[in-house]
Amino acid sequence: MKYVLAVLVENKPGVLVRVAGLFARRSFNIESLAVGKTADPSLSRMTIEVEADKQTLEQVIKQLNKLINVLKISNLTLEPSVNRELVMIKVKASTTSRAEIQQVVETFRGKIVDVALNSLIIEVTGNEEKLEAIQLLLAHYGILEVVRTGKIALLRGSKTTKNGEDKKNGKDVL
Amino acid sequence: MALYDAFFDAEIPHYLTRHEQGAIHAADGYARVTGKPGIVFTTSGPGATNLVTGIANAYMDSVPLVVFTGQVGTTLIGTDAFQESDIFGITLPVTKHNYLVTDVNELPRIIKEAFYIATTGRPGPVLIDLPTDIQAAEGDFNYPKEVNIPGYNPTFDGHPGQISRAAKAIARAQKPIIYAGGGVVIAGAHELLLTLAEKTNIPVTTTLMGLGGFPGAHELAVGMLGMHGTYCANMAMQEADLIIAIGARFDDRVTGKLSGFAQEAKIIHIDIDPAEIGKNVAVDVPIVGDVKRVLGELVKKVEEQEHAAWLAQIAQWRQQVPLAYIQEDDGDIAPQYVIESIYKVTKGEALIATEVGQHQMWAAQYYHFKKPRSLITSGGAGTMGYGFPASLGLQIGAPDDVVFCIAGDGSFQMNLQELATAVAYNIPVKIAIINNQYLGMVRQWQEMFYRRRYSSVDIQKSPDFVKLAEAFGAVGLRVEKPHEVIPAIEKAMATPGPVVIDFRVRLEENVFPMVAPNSAIDDMVRGDEA
Repeated sequence: MKYVLAVLVENKPGVLVRVAGLFARRSFNIESLAVGKTADPSLSRMTIEVEADKQTLEQVIKQLNKLINVLKISNLTLEPSVNRELVMIKVKASTTSRAEIQQVVETFRGKIVDVALNSLIIEVTGNEEKLEAIQLLLAHYGILEVVRTGKIALLRGSKTTKNGEDKKNGKDVL
Repeated sequence: MALYDAFFDAEIPHYLTRHEQGAIHAADGYARVTGKPGIVFTTSGPGATNLVTGIANAYMDSVPLVVFTGQVGTTLIGTDAFQESDIFGITLPVTKHNYLVTDVNELPRIIKEAFYIATTGRPGPVLIDLPTDIQAAEGDFNYPKEVNIPGYNPTFDGHPGQISRAAKAIARAQKPIIYAGGGVVIAGAHELLLTLAEKTNIPVTTTLMGLGGFPGAHELAVGMLGMHGTYCANMAMQEADLIIAIGARFDDRVTGKLSGFAQEAKIIHIDIDPAEIGKNVAVDVPIVGDVKRVLGELVKKVEEQEHAAWLAQIAQWRQQVPLAYIQEDDGDIAPQYVIESIYKVTKGEALIATEVGQHQMWAAQYYHFKKPRSLITSGGAGTMGYGFPASLGLQIGAPDDVVFCIAGDGSFQMNLQELATAVAYNIPVKIAIINNQYLGMVRQWQEMFYRRRYSSVDIQKSPDFVKLAEAFGAVGLRVEKPHEVIPAIEKAMATPGPVVIDFRVRLEENVFPMVAPNSAIDDMVRGDEA
């Protein structure tokens, strides 16, 4: 199963390599990883999507917790959350196909952000199914290049993944 | 350079070894015997990379070390400068934490944190990389009183509800066994373990790292378990209805084939590292906490028990297949006889460091360790070349004790340059080389699993260890007959300074019992089959 973890880390050199290295050497699978600063610039938030069974997930969380620069981990899979990813797709577009493509983009509530003679860049935000679906449709016209940000997620409602609580042994997020 | 210039005036005991690997293993030996962190300084580049094995070794066995490495100047980092190596990156996977210092004003806080992290929770090595300009820089020394590391809060007290559940499980169990690991020794929980075992009459098996955590000759002691564990210990684990794992981590050398491991048993697992719980085996009662504190509470909650039938069964297993070897009066020296003789002559009071291999397993089997921190050995990493330099740190940490290094002829040659250090500082370790002219453990595997095709294990062409000792300025003794064994040990103990004893033992002796890799632990080759 795929799980989405929000990992709050100290914004210090080497933190990303600590996390990525941990996944590599313990043979955990990262499906996607997105990192950025939080409202507090001394902290970064990683959104990590992991493909794992329950026991492996428990190890992932416990091993991450052992990293000193990791402050807090939330398992966003357990509770209602909003998951988004942004994709940019460069697609072949001739004068004849352009209108059709535009319709597809509108249906998916995407945006055309670059227009050239023979191509378009399309920006779409959504969950995984939506992004897969539009990619499948656009493949028909010829995709030149795709870039995705990796998934980011927030819990619904007023609950947050914030620093301040003690790190637990992982049981509370399983 | 700047740092060593400061050492010139410092009143800190400092030992210069001949190789960085010797330094880190010695610091590790010191840390294991004293419980205090060992400290190492090396230069950058090769000096730093030579530490890596020692750091990994300490990490696997949870040994507190603070390691300082030199680094090229901050402006040169990343340019492939002379003697530059990314020791921060290299040691990420084998340190508990590490630092690259880029501002001298942060140094006091980093040093404070490094010692705190290395010595608390599950101990481990911490590395501080010091660029040369930082070493030479000046700053105000503000040593913080408190550490404040938001991402590091080890759990010390066990959950009371879980401890009660553990006590109930113990009360219900008919065939319980305590499986004690190195965590008992590290936490200083040996007395509480003894109280728990005696109060409940539960037999105790220990891991290699746990030896000495429970008195080896106690009637409830069933010896080491696992690949070269006793028949009794392995049978008891497999038959048990409750395993109480204390500061142990269900390593593959302990469990054998996991699907065939202790299938009848419920498992209580007490460990300070939450990540160890549920890692290899499913646990019924997990207790995260300091082993000493948890046992302190658990001992209060358990009731006295007899377990007469179970202990009778244990006694039967013990009698059925005891540890045994053959020593004829005028034959070859049995390696086990050498170890048992060291045990007898030292009355079990010596501190023992071992190298890695057959001699290490025989030391575990035949030196019945009485007290914690009396066996210093590379458990998790299995580092050949560890034992001799570690024995130097051990002797420095315990200057009044008799220290023996039990070594193989193969392992000893991996760091024998430290004989110079032993002589230079007059560190009086007694090095007992169990010399069978083979890389014996590998030879044993080739004999048992590869049809005696002895490939690259013959090390007959090794130096004359007596002359070698003398060349370094130490005393060398050679022992070739069984009746010479005890006198040689006595002579070594009576000789001041370091002594090398070359015990020429039987060439093709095997360590038994043995559980073949990927077998269940009750599927033992006993050695008396034939």
